Amino acid sequence: MHWDSWQAFWEMGGHGLYVWGAYAVTLAVIVTEVAILLVKRKSILEHLGRLTRLHRRQDAAQRK
Amino acid sequence: MPSHVRALPPASPGITGLWRTTRPRDFFRQAHRLVPWFALSAAILALAALALGLGIAAPAVDQGDAFRIVFLHVPAAWMSLAIFVAMALLSLPTLTHRQRLSPILASALAPTGALFAFLALWTGALWGRPTWGSWWVWDARLSSELLLFLFYLAIVGLQMAIEDPRRADRASAVLTLIGVVNVPVVYFSVQWWSTLHQGTGIALNVPEAGVAVSTLGTSLMALAFAAYTVAAAMARAENTILERERRSNWVNDLRNANALG
Repeated sequence: MHWDSWQAFWEMGGHGLYVWGAYAVTLAVIVTEVAILLVKRKSILEHLGRLTRLHRRQDAAQRK
Repeated sequence: MPSHVRALPPASPGITGLWRTTRPRDFFRQAHRLVPWFALSAAILALAALALGLGIAAPAVDQGDAFRIVFLHVPAAWMSLAIFVAMALLSLPTLTHRQRLSPILASALAPTGALFAFLALWTGALWGRPTWGSWWVWDARLSSELLLFLFYLAIVGLQMAIEDPRRADRASAVLTLIGVVNVPVVYFSVQWWSTLHQGTGIALNVPEAGVAVSTLGTSLMALAFAAYTVAAAMARAENTILERERRSNWVNDLRNANALG
């Protein structure tokens, strides 16, 4: 381990803003992409669910 | 006909034949199973790379701790190039054989490629400011990487702008094959022109003992990004397949069996 203290770790030898700016934005864009993928999947599945229920009602109506 | 001829097994379709007949639904089944494993591998690899890059590695002699940005910058730049090459390869069967799966995979890769091209530029700027004294210079490496990012944006934009999926697929494939010419320009720019950006490979002006740590950390992060790319692109391709084939029986059956959740 290179670090003696947490403070030194956060300061990054005076380059803290640059180093943490790079790591934070990397994490942020990846989390954003994953969130977009999950939200999109959820809305597709809801749409498919509505289609299925619609078809079931149509089938039931035809049988009557 | 002699009997031994009939006894021969049927001819293997080979890679080309297999690829030509691969249906989106077959891919979907495999992807649905594999995505969690690629995501998990990405997380584990990234944690190991972070421990090396942020915790164990010693600062570089001439860059101080700004050197730790390299552990993100180099893998992100590699991925931005590798993803574009993969998209270009996938564009070929789209144009020559109207393959149904290849354009889905290519367009699934594009946003993640854009993400890594952006990260390469962003982390590069944050590294350049303390090291070169400048966020940005118009040298060949930085300019061609910016062009790569713009190609990614154009491809994603084209997909969203064209309503008919077949036309959008073909237009993106053509644009990808134009843009891939820029990939070797990015890679070799540091050799072909005099650039402020240093040469190909990992910058290794670190203490002797640190070389192994830096190389291992950068490689692990590259593997983490690659595993993430596979997971994200597969998940996005699953979404596209579900949308394009929402009226087909197999999607309906999976939905009814609650196998999509």
